[in-house]
This record gives sequence, structure tokens and C-alpha cells, in this order.
Amino acid sequence: MSPAKKTATKAATKAAATRSTKPSAPVDLDVRKTYKLYIGGAFPRSESGRSYPVVTTDRRFVANAVLASRKDVRDAVQTARNAQGSWAKRSAYNRGQILYRVAEIMQGRRQQFVDELSVGGSRDAQGETDAAIDRWVWYAGWADKYAQILGSANPVDGPYFNFTTPEPAGVVALVAPNDAPLLALVSRLAPAIVAGNTTVALASERWPLVSITLAEALATSDVPGGVVNILTGKAAELVPWMAGHADVNVVDLSGVNGELRADAERRASDAVTRVVAASAAERRWFDDRAESPYIIAGFCEYKTVWHPKGA
Amino acid sequence: MNENPPDVAVVAAPSAVKHLDVAPVALDYVTALESTAVVDIADRYELFIDGRFVEPRSGKHFATINPATEAKLAMVAEAGDADIELAVRAARRAYDEVWRDMSGKQRAKYLYRIARVLQERAREFAVLESLNGGKPIKESRDIDVPLAAAHFFYHAGWADKLGYAFPGRSLRPLGVAAQVIPWNFPLLMAAWKIAPALATGNTVVLKPAETTPLTALLLAEVIQQADLPPGVVNIITGAGATGAALVGHKGVDKVAFTGSTAVGKSIQRAIAGTGKKLTLELGGKAANIIFEDAAIDQAVEGIVNGIYFNQGHVCCAGSRLLVHEPVAELVIDKLLCRIETLRVGNPLDKNTDIGAINSRAQLDKIESLVQSGRDEGATMYQSSCPLPDRGFFFPPTVFTGVSQSHRIAREEIFGPVLSVLTFRTAEEAVQKANNTPYGLSAGIWTEKGSRILWMAERMRAGVVWANTFNRFDPTSPFGGYKESGFGREGGRHGLASYAELVEGGRR
Repeated sequence: MSPAKKTATKAATKAAATRSTKPSAPVDLDVRKTYKLYIGGAFPRSESGRSYPVVTTDRRFVANAVLASRKDVRDAVQTARNAQGSWAKRSAYNRGQILYRVAEIMQGRRQQFVDELSVGGSRDAQGETDAAIDRWVWYAGWADKYAQILGSANPVDGPYFNFTTPEPAGVVALVAPNDAPLLALVSRLAPAIVAGNTTVALASERWPLVSITLAEALATSDVPGGVVNILTGKAAELVPWMAGHADVNVVDLSGVNGELRADAERRASDAVTRVVAASAAERRWFDDRAESPYIIAGFCEYKTVWHPKGA
Repeated sequence: MNENPPDVAVVAAPSAVKHLDVAPVALDYVTALESTAVVDIADRYELFIDGRFVEPRSGKHFATINPATEAKLAMVAEAGDADIELAVRAARRAYDEVWRDMSGKQRAKYLYRIARVLQERAREFAVLESLNGGKPIKESRDIDVPLAAAHFFYHAGWADKLGYAFPGRSLRPLGVAAQVIPWNFPLLMAAWKIAPALATGNTVVLKPAETTPLTALLLAEVIQQADLPPGVVNIITGAGATGAALVGHKGVDKVAFTGSTAVGKSIQRAIAGTGKKLTLELGGKAANIIFEDAAIDQAVEGIVNGIYFNQGHVCCAGSRLLVHEPVAELVIDKLLCRIETLRVGNPLDKNTDIGAINSRAQLDKIESLVQSGRDEGATMYQSSCPLPDRGFFFPPTVFTGVSQSHRIAREEIFGPVLSVLTFRTAEEAVQKANNTPYGLSAGIWTEKGSRILWMAERMRAGVVWANTFNRFDPTSPFGGYKESGFGREGGRHGLASYAELVEGGRR
């Protein structure tokens, strides 16, 4: 067997290559990263103590990812709920700067994302990384604009001032699609949090590692702990609990199909939880069609306020 | 003038007896009945499918009554599976062959026509609405029917301007919309459902509520008079089974439901995984919050309008009164005086404030929840007004000493029953107001502007009325947070419930 041909992180390459080299004393042993969950700004392991091996498309071992449990989902939802009020209370200008800061930090660690996506079999690791960075920038700019596009002053028939504003729905649970593990996650995460929601995201099951690296960028980019929580694990095990959790306001099933999707939608009905998912056009992750203020709208509620006019 | 100060009936434990400081003055009015001559009710109504009234394949009809007299008004068709099949097929054909590709300008003109015919026949609709549903004629005449016409007029204007509704996107219609509506605003809900669906290029199969089918069937006549192409709107009558079969039909692309949260959940569950687009407008348990600096007399009127409008059969009714403690006694005294002056009785009497409860089943539900309030220890006050001997009636009722755990503070009663709670701080008011799985509406009464905005921002509710209550308008998006449903009706926002946003396409 030959060592990995593709560009890879030092650690990942070594990990993939370790089994294939003859026994010999290493000159300078790599310090490998332990990939953990991201909850409340910290990086815990699963309360279940479980993990699962993440392998490349040609079945080479890369790392053990955390196999999150139902309890981890509940912890993450609670953390997201606790963080939601103060995140929504920040000014739009401030949230915009924080999203922009995510792009800045990702830019600085660009090569790390490219390397991890490459090992994961991405056809265009550089393009995906750059598009993900650009997507943060794009949504950062929406922070203080979407309310003007989505809201309205309504000319009612009577002496009332009447206006409609978008408000954050609250806690968003989202399931990242597998086809662009970094870009698709960012494409759903950014519109959710720019509107003042907090999130519990289940990373791509096939290639979760880059999501945890994204978490490291988030943790160092002024995004308050708890605003984004990222779990790794099995969709079939966790999606039912995410969709059925009564304290989740919106579940984004962009990464779920078939019977698991239908089951998730059924469970969402228990608490009239909103279900959203990327449309066919929005699933062209590399395309501008994957970004829209109307995706932000999917993570919002509209509130209409009436007040009489009078001297 | 009433010689004797009316008694406030106190039906709880003796310790709960409370007397009014000020005796209300009830004025006697001469009965002023609205004539029913304007309405011609047939013995039997069929289904409206593909532009014609057709006998149901099911072969079944059911009786619809006047809830104020319990007298039968007519027999109405009960649509079965074969009828639903025909209706959905007619809607599909109309969508494919006529409506989807018709220019917005032409669709607009059909909707304008419907609005105009509704205005022309307004009194007929108002009387029929009160006869079949039990609501006071002054409400059906001044609110339901004019608003229904306004909804068609408003949405007519959108039909040829959809390209301007959502910057950067066009609207693509969804196809056939299955719409199931409730009995509390039968015609108005039909208008809320049909107008935006047609404006955006969809076709419709509408099922009115079992107890109130007649104005929807009269609307079918209006649709005929407007020469709407056959199949664009189909109206099929029946009960819950008909509605469930309709929303579950494979040929349906969009489901819109207004009604109870329990049924809404069952619909969400039933269509899971089908790809049908869904909007739900469900129950509520709205808080109406009165601060000490509120204009108290106006607030009392707002409380009365909030809970006794349409017999309390209103999903956004202000059924939980939250009163600031410094003014609690004053507000309650004034409120109890005020409900003594409310006139309960014949819906067709122009003086009537509170008409008939819509059905025996609903009256039973109200009575059972009221009994739970008494059993759980709240203090009940009821107006001493006389109730008619026949028909379904319930007097305006107020519970004080209500705690948040009481069923009457948590469950939607959907009747003229108000639960009063108190609060000391604005934070406590927010906490109590939001302490419900519902989130449809809220009321705030204070003269302090900054407090209105502070409170409005914190209400987890889709509609917030500040220093007013129960106002509706076609330009004003309506819909709930949480278990009060999702999607909005009315305004630019309501259009999104009936369309897919796409790049390019028709403007």
C-alpha cells in the first residue's frame, strides 16, 4: 500500500499512512488532534463516551469522531436556549461584525480547511473553503438589512400604525448535508445565526472533522458560546430527537432524506415545530443561489404590532 | 332603566363573594331584528365542483342548524372519497389548463369581480352568517363580510404585481391547495384562504366547517356570478373525515388549515414526508396585559372586545387578563359592571353583543372547562343577563383568583370566559404572558410608549395589539408563534404561503 497521494493535513496523512509503514522509530511524532463536540463554547466528549471511526473515501482511517448521544442533543439544545436571548439582544451591527470575524478567522486557517476537505475526498477543497468564507461575509452584511427586506409597514384601513418585523424563531436544529461538509453547513448555519437564533448542528456524518475545525474557528471569533453547538454522530440515531425536541423552534432537514426525513417531520408535529430544508436551487452550494435573505426568513417569525393613532 | 341593581352571580364558595362598588346602569333597548327576507335558504345544498353544484357520490347529506334556535336550516352534502377525487381532479385540470398560465392582470380582474359581488350581496351574507353561525348581526355585518370583500380586493391587486413582492425572486404557484377552515369566521376564513391562493396562481378545494357551510356555499354562487373558470375554486362540505381525506389526497400540493392545535398537529403528522407545503393557524391563549398607567376605561373596553367578541370563538381572543396589581381591583370592578350591560341573545337583533355559541358540542366544552375552573378554586362571576330558552347560549363569565396551573389559564376555552391573573412587574407580566405553548396574539395597555415597544418585543406572539385588540386587516400579516401554527395570512407575507420563491420566471 502506498501513503496517501492527496494533499492532507500532517496529522491526517500520518494517521492514514501509519498502518502502511514498516515498524521504525519516528523522528518527530505528530501530535494528533482529538476531535470532540462543540457545546456552549467548550469542546466536550460525548456523555456516552462513544466514538466512531472516520475514514477516507478509500476506507483509510483518519480519526475517531465523537458519537454523540440523545443526551448530548438535549444538553446542546438547553445550551442553545440559554444563549439565545442575549445573542438576539445584540445589535444587528454587532452580529454582522461577529459573522464577518468568522470569515476573517477562517481565512487565517484556510489551509487547514483545504487540507481536511481534501482528505475527505472533496472535489474542490479550495473552492469549497473559499466559498464558505465568502458565505460568512455575505450573510454578515445581511445582519442589519434583512429586517428591512422582510419587514413592512402595513397600510391598514383605520387609524392605526401597523408594522411587521422578523424576529428570531429561537433555537434551530440543523442537519448538515454530506455533499459539501463545510460549505453546506455554513450555508445553513450563517442565515440561522445572523437573525439571532442559536443552533444545534449535526455535522456531516460521513466527514464530520471539518465541522469541528469550523467550531475551533467559531470559538476564537467572538461568536458567544452556545450560539453554535456542533455535534458529530449518526443521523439515524440523533435526527429523531432533534426534530422531536419540544424546545427546538425550527428543524432544518437539508441533510436528511427518505424515511428518516418523513419520520423527523412526523416528530416535529408533536410541538408544531417548523420544518425547513434547502430547495433544489439552494442546494447548489457553490452557486449564489444557495444564499438568500429568504433563507434567513425561514429561521424567523413575523410579529405584527398595532397601535392606534390619536392626538 | 333597570330598577334593581343587577346581581353579579357568584357561584363559587361563599368566601369568594364580591360585591360591586358601583351598580351598572343597564339600558333597555327595543328589539331591532334584522330581516331574514334578504336570504333565500334552499332545502338542500350540493357540492360545488368544477363550476357546478353536483350531488355527492357519497349519497349522503347532513343537517345544518341555526344554533340560536336549534332549528334545521338545510341539508348539506357530505363529500366522500369519490367526491374529493372529483374536486381535486377539477382543481388540477383548472390549474394545468387555465389558471396557472393566465396573466396576472386577468386573474386580478376575477378577484376584483368576486370582491364587488360580495359587497353587492353583503347584507345577504351577513344575515346568513348570523343564522348559520350564531354571531351577532352587528359583527357579521360590520366586520366579517366587509373584511372578506376587502381580502379579495387586496389580493386582486397582488395578482399582477407578484414580481415586486419579494425583491430578487418571482413567485411560482404550488398547484392545488386543500383548505380546511373553522366555524368561527366562516366566510372571512374562506376569503383569507381563497384570495391569496388565487392571486398567486393556485387552484383550490375548500372545505368549510361542518356546522357553518352555508356562507361558503353562497360564496360558490358569487364565484359563478363572477364567471370564474370552472374548477379554480371547488367547495366541498363535510365533517372532520372529509377534511382529513382532502388534505391527505395525493393530488394536493398545498395544505392550509385553520382550527384547533390538536387537529393541526394531526395534519402536520399526516402529511409528513409528502412534500406538501403546509401552513397552520391554530389555537391561542392570549394575554391581555393592563398596566397601572393604562387608560383604564379604554382598557376595559379592550378587555371586553378581546374576550367577548364573537362569543369568544376567536383563536386570538384575549382570554387571559393580566392586570397590574395596583389597578387590579379597579379594573375588575369596572369589568364586572361592564359585562352586566352586555346583551346576550338573538344574533339577528342589532342590539345583541353576544350571540349564540356555535354548537351543542362547543357549549358542552365551555361548560366543562368552566366547571374545572370552579373545581380548581377560582372565583367565578357571571353576568345576570337572561339567556334565551332555546339555542346554545352562555353568559359572559370572568374568573378571578386564577393561577397559572389552572386549566382555565392553560387551555383554550373558545368561549366568553375570561381568566384574570395579576402581576407586579413588567418582567413578571412577560413571563406569565409567554407561559403557554400558544403564541398567537397579545394585548398591551399602557400610556408609556417605550414600555409598549419593550413589551411588544418580548411577547412570543405573532400579533401584538397595543392599546387596542382584535383588529384585522388584509394588509396586516396574521399568524402564530409556537403551537399557534406557522405561516402568515394577509399582507405581502401571506403570499409566501402559496408560492415557491424562484429566480426568474413570471413577474
